[in-house]
Amino acid sequence: MASKFTRSNRVGWLMAGPAALLIAVFVVLPFIFAIGLSFTNQRLISPNPTEFVGLANYEQLLGIGVLTLEPERDAAGAVLRDADGAPKYPTLRSVTRNNPDFPQFAGMREWFSFQLGEHPTYVLARDVVFMKAIVNTFIFVIVVAPVQAGLALGLALLINQRLKGINLFRAIYFMPVVVSIVVVSLLWRFIYDGSSGLLNNLLAALSFGALPRIDWLGEPSTALGAIIAMSIWQAVGFHMVIWLSGLQTISPTLYEAAAIEGSSKWQVFRYVTWPGLRNTAVLILIVITMQAFALFSQIDVMTGGGPLDSTQTIVFQAVERGYGKQDISGGSTISVILFVIVFSISLIQRYLTREKQ
Amino acid sequence: MARVSLDGIRKVYGSTEVIKGVDIDIADGEFCVFVGPSGCGKSTLLRMIAGLEDISGGTLTIGERVVNDLPPKDRSIAMVFQSYAIFPHMTVRENLAFGLTIAKAPKAEKDAKVAEAARILKMEHLLERRPSQLSGGQRQRVAIGRAIVRHPGVFLFDEPLSNLDAALRVDMRMELAKLHADLGATMIYVTHDQVEAMTLADKIVVLDAGVVQQIGSPLDLYHRPANLFVAGFIGSPKMNLLKARVEGVDATSVKLASADLGTLVLPRANAGVSRGDEVTVGLRPHHLATASREQRVGSQPTGDQRTGEQQIGGTVKLVERLGNETLAALTLASGQQLIAALPGDVDVSIGEALRLAPQPERASLFLSSGAAVN
Repeated sequence: MASKFTRSNRVGWLMAGPAALLIAVFVVLPFIFAIGLSFTNQRLISPNPTEFVGLANYEQLLGIGVLTLEPERDAAGAVLRDADGAPKYPTLRSVTRNNPDFPQFAGMREWFSFQLGEHPTYVLARDVVFMKAIVNTFIFVIVVAPVQAGLALGLALLINQRLKGINLFRAIYFMPVVVSIVVVSLLWRFIYDGSSGLLNNLLAALSFGALPRIDWLGEPSTALGAIIAMSIWQAVGFHMVIWLSGLQTISPTLYEAAAIEGSSKWQVFRYVTWPGLRNTAVLILIVITMQAFALFSQIDVMTGGGPLDSTQTIVFQAVERGYGKQDISGGSTISVILFVIVFSISLIQRYLTREKQ
Repeated sequence: MARVSLDGIRKVYGSTEVIKGVDIDIADGEFCVFVGPSGCGKSTLLRMIAGLEDISGGTLTIGERVVNDLPPKDRSIAMVFQSYAIFPHMTVRENLAFGLTIAKAPKAEKDAKVAEAARILKMEHLLERRPSQLSGGQRQRVAIGRAIVRHPGVFLFDEPLSNLDAALRVDMRMELAKLHADLGATMIYVTHDQVEAMTLADKIVVLDAGVVQQIGSPLDLYHRPANLFVAGFIGSPKMNLLKARVEGVDATSVKLASADLGTLVLPRANAGVSRGDEVTVGLRPHHLATASREQRVGSQPTGDQRTGEQQIGGTVKLVERLGNETLAALTLASGQQLIAALPGDVDVSIGEALRLAPQPERASLFLSSGAAVN
């Protein structure tokens, strides 16, 4: 019998009120603000009035161009060559700075270049650091999502057994999850330390000193990899627990039926376990993807985006811009771009992993 | 096709013995039902035959082979589970062919065997569906089909009808009986439902507390229960069990007496009881008839055709009318309950005093140890 208390609309809203209010103030409102601010030139503190600037912020962040340089020619049209006989090209600066012939490249800088045919081709970006941030973030997601999900599944399969002391292993694997990512990052900075870090000492001991000591976070070639490895280790326990809950929803009689039919261990996994984990897999993939795109704390604590922008990420850039450089509109624009990326990827993942009839 | 023989089979979990030395012989092509209350070990026993549980002691033979240590797939068995255990992400066809897919059988063989099983179970039109699109009965049919495809020597059924509704259960029960007749395969069937046991079985094994109480044909068990447990378990409503004392024994009869029965003379020769023994009399509810509708307890018998025979009197406490019969629960003089199943729609009402006439020749007699006297 439903009492008036449980049927009343007003009581319902009253109950949901505090949570709804907090979500509105700290999630919905900032979200709407971010979209609005991304079309203005708002700064954190500024004496100038805010102006509507249209898509200028997006253009500034995402503007890219491709430029193939033509060799310089003399009045007769012959290619000018330097002392070695190589063709002479104009400098990039002469194209991108105050050149009325190429207004579309004005203010851009070289992102990367390659040789197309005989002429050098430059890919220019208006904001090279942000481009690097996007690429780094995508590398991070593409490596972390499958590796972390796979490792977590492996661990879940290992600890989903009735063995003595299995709870101890569950606790150990889960432990990094309950430690703050900031603390974990600080600790791993010591592990990755270039001179006397744990990792270097370990490798030196294992290789009897043959391996050179590497400044893992100080080298552009290893910094992102080091952060990826640490991030996978830190959150793998969380996804292990989600896999475990998925494993435990699979009816034991299905395993018995498979045993009676004579399935090998691999066939059991292929025909019983994996199909039974389908929904869990979708969930885990989306959660890891979203978490990976939000990569920030590790960067902030461990590298600050360096060295040489090799660990810049989208969220780190958003914070850096919005608060470091007080460019609130720029930071907002980055947030909106991130939202669009994550939203699109989630939709694609949902579509690809949908239940086929 | 195979015979199954259990010889001193035991199952021990830690220090608890749940199957305490079971000997059963099941002939080739026989339909054998394990029946008993929950926790009696019947499912454990079946799972030991299937190879899903280790055998702690004894010998299990299927066909001519001792299979104690063989994995399930090598035992020539197929099993149908209560929860169907069909794979939800596969179509019916893929479910039926699962064992063949696992064994990497050629496609032609798969198609032929699936088609055969589908034909036997009349579900050709369901082959491309997924389990979520099937009713409970259809799902169970898929599970049975998967067993048929294996061409096992022995079919094992673990309460296969328990998840179905009552009407469907009756249909499926008949189909299983027909399937057994068609395939002629050995079948072992676990149930707690004695109606399934009585209707399907060639041979019933009654289990209690890990011990075989009686093995026999359904009617054997009904008419000649070996002990008090079987007497109480087989038959619905339960057999009435009344305490009595042996008053006298002669060459052709045993004379019993108690407060409830008055005196009751059972026509039995060589009963193996002697004067003064405490015994239990078993009277099936269906073997009780109204002695006289007009008579009331305490009044003098008048003009009844059964006058002079033994009668049991009591007060009606509960009446259940099933249409074809009327169940009357009586409280006897000693306070004990007695249930009578009276044919047809008998006009009795609660509070009425009723006299019932037992059929002494069909009564069972049990010693104080619980064993039946033949």
